[in-house]
Amino acid sequence: MSTQAAPAGAPAPADSARARRLTEWVFRVRELGIIVALGLLILVTGILEPRFLDTDSLRNLALNASIFAVLAAGQTLVLVTRNVDLSVGSVLGLSAYLAGDLLSKHPGMALPLVFLLGMALGAACGLLNGVLVTWGQVPALVVTLGTLYVFRGIAFLWTDGSQVNAETLPDPFLDLGTDSLVGVPILVIIALVVLLLVGQWLRDFRAGRELYAIGSNPDGARLAGVRSERRVLSAFVLAGALAGLGGVLFTARFGTVDATAGVGYELTVIAAAVIGGVAIFGGTGSVYGAGLGALLLGTITSSLIVLKVEAFWQQAAIGALLLLAIAFDRLVGLRVDAALRRRSARRAA
Amino acid sequence: MSRAAAPLLELRDATKSYGAVRALRDGNLAVGSGEVRALMGENGAGKSTIVKVLGGVVRRDAGSMLVDGQPVDFHSPHDARDAGIAVIYQEPTLFPDLSIAENVVMGYHPLGALRRIDRGEMHRRVQALLDRLGVRLDPERPVRGLSIADQQIVEIAKALSFEARVLIMDEPTAALSGPEVERLFSVVRTLREEGAAILFISHRLDEVFAIADSVTVMRDGAVVHDAQIAAITPDELVRRMVGRELSALFPKQRTEVGETVLKVHRLTREGVFFDISFEVRAGEIVALAGLVGAGRSEVARAVFGIDKQDAGHVELAGRELPPGKPLAAMRAGIGFVPEDRRQQGLIMDLSIARNATLTRMGTLARAGLIRSAAEHVLAREWATRLQLKFHRLDDPAAFLSGGNQQKVVLAKWLSTEPKLLIVDEPTRGIDVGTKAEVHRLLSELAGQGVAVLMISSELPEVLGMADRVLVMHEGRLAQEFSRAEADEESVIRAASGRAKAAA
Repeated sequence: MSTQAAPAGAPAPADSARARRLTEWVFRVRELGIIVALGLLILVTGILEPRFLDTDSLRNLALNASIFAVLAAGQTLVLVTRNVDLSVGSVLGLSAYLAGDLLSKHPGMALPLVFLLGMALGAACGLLNGVLVTWGQVPALVVTLGTLYVFRGIAFLWTDGSQVNAETLPDPFLDLGTDSLVGVPILVIIALVVLLLVGQWLRDFRAGRELYAIGSNPDGARLAGVRSERRVLSAFVLAGALAGLGGVLFTARFGTVDATAGVGYELTVIAAAVIGGVAIFGGTGSVYGAGLGALLLGTITSSLIVLKVEAFWQQAAIGALLLLAIAFDRLVGLRVDAALRRRSARRAA
Repeated sequence: MSRAAAPLLELRDATKSYGAVRALRDGNLAVGSGEVRALMGENGAGKSTIVKVLGGVVRRDAGSMLVDGQPVDFHSPHDARDAGIAVIYQEPTLFPDLSIAENVVMGYHPLGALRRIDRGEMHRRVQALLDRLGVRLDPERPVRGLSIADQQIVEIAKALSFEARVLIMDEPTAALSGPEVERLFSVVRTLREEGAAILFISHRLDEVFAIADSVTVMRDGAVVHDAQIAAITPDELVRRMVGRELSALFPKQRTEVGETVLKVHRLTREGVFFDISFEVRAGEIVALAGLVGAGRSEVARAVFGIDKQDAGHVELAGRELPPGKPLAAMRAGIGFVPEDRRQQGLIMDLSIARNATLTRMGTLARAGLIRSAAEHVLAREWATRLQLKFHRLDDPAAFLSGGNQQKVVLAKWLSTEPKLLIVDEPTRGIDVGTKAEVHRLLSELAGQGVAVLMISSELPEVLGMADRVLVMHEGRLAQEFSRAEADEESVIRAASGRAKAAA
């Protein structure tokens, strides 16, 4: 059987291997592209305004990006499943106020407990999102647009116009937002650990791979025996928990929290993920890309501020970057498709 | 042939309704260890519903299901899989963004330390499976861009990836070429010897007689016949399926061949097809034959302007068509019935009426608004002419069986009164009865002076319907045959590239 079975295309494995290398290369070039853009941006801004390259300034850059990177990691989990979580900014606001409120009333509270409570609150919000999306069968865009307003509304009710001030917060907590460990800001370390954990989970664990499968072909995932509802639910809960973590970090970093903490973050976070190569229609992308996207966005904002560019142009720059990233994806995607198609056609012929 | 006492898998008196439509009644079926059972019936006969019930995709309304004589109840495909039932579904269920290996093992990745995925083991395992199927595919390659045949192979590998005791195959051979089908069958025979129970759905009679031990025939949602394959003839099988004698599958009319309608001149698309020139005249049915992947569909897509050619041009009735503009092709009078009706031919969520009249929206609209009354009138007219079987015209097209879906696609194009109709695999996955109807329709159209370009992988269809046969091999036109010249052997020889000298 096997002797006469060999298909006509003898160079098939080589073609196939080339096809594989091609796609791998595209993903590498994608993350590399962001790093290059990042380097150029820092370099050019540094030349125009040397103060930008101060340790303090770069430190601030990394600190600002950290919170966004944590949120972007959570957002990636949801995006990969062909869903979206628009409520992360509001969830961050809730848990930021929770952390501030708890610590200003009970300054002696154990910090790990504060983190845990903040994340639990976030996870609860994520659970609500997830339940509505999976069991309620309502599109995530609609559900999380609704909860964006609901959670923010709760924050306004709860704070009742008051705000938490840095003076009322215990120093050890505020130090988390500014201190360093062997030269690296603690916030950055936390963000890196989150990225690494989520990245590994997505890459090397069944549950993580199933998220990609769900995003790549929802019906197919179900037929393959993937318990899609459960997986999507867990993605929302994790994204919520990470937004909760982001909220606690927000309070530690800025000290002052009111009901508007994190307003508009959701769009920045989604933009970061998309710029980092996470497909809005699911199935592809990594948290590392999303993290890099967050860093690039943060750097652009900072560099435009340093260069005293008007706020309007900052937004326009982010928009342009987003469009550029999407155009790049599309272009490369088309070329890869064409290349894969050619190889496949030759093989089948 | 029943070598085991209790059947491995048994369905008793199962029923399933979708709304008012009873998709399945009297669902009685048993497959024993070491048995290959064919499940046959026209489209819409309820075969796919049985497959979905057995695979845990839908739950039966009544009746019982037994595995090893024990009653079971599946709530999801996961449960079915845990019970050792593997299903190859008709529609592709692959993940285009992931590698072949991951597609095969999804949800059941081999795990290493700390429950991490053992990629080395995963690739080894999948490589072994692909070797067993005799295909040269790289497990680490993404599925995106694979040909339909290769995708089907991945589906099969997926179903074979775990120790399934029951293998259910819903038309696994539809996209496969001869040698690939042979390899699949040798794997099936091995599984049978190992004691697996296999349920095999196919519309190809020769395949059923080649591989099956027994056959279950369904008609109108019910099991109507159960026989050992040795005790039934092909003719009787067809009669049981359609419930009537089939006089002629290919009712070819004599037609007057008129002016040249389509002229394709040196059409080339890099890496896909090269230097393709041919003509189709009014009243003529020209078949494009060849193996899957020879570039036939791609030529058709380029003619209709879906893909842009790199060189060459297309003329319709003497006027050159702008490349890459399907709308211009439509306006010039080309109708296109694509190969994949689910994805390209129909909008599954839209109503039957809307689908059937999509190409006529302009004439149905008054002041930019479509009048649903006019839409229904037109749709009903075509539904009657094509003998469409439907519940309500407002039902989504997804509710129809494959053959009836194809009729809706045909209606959509016929209502535009095309000069040239391109049909790509017009009867793929369509039952025998509807097949003959589609053939009759195409023949009638040609009789009315429409030029028909037909792509088909089914030789009897090509030989039975075509006035001329163009055979493609590896992206080139290998040979042309007149109706009189064309026979099975010479077409196969040309398609497999063994007749170049003769051309």
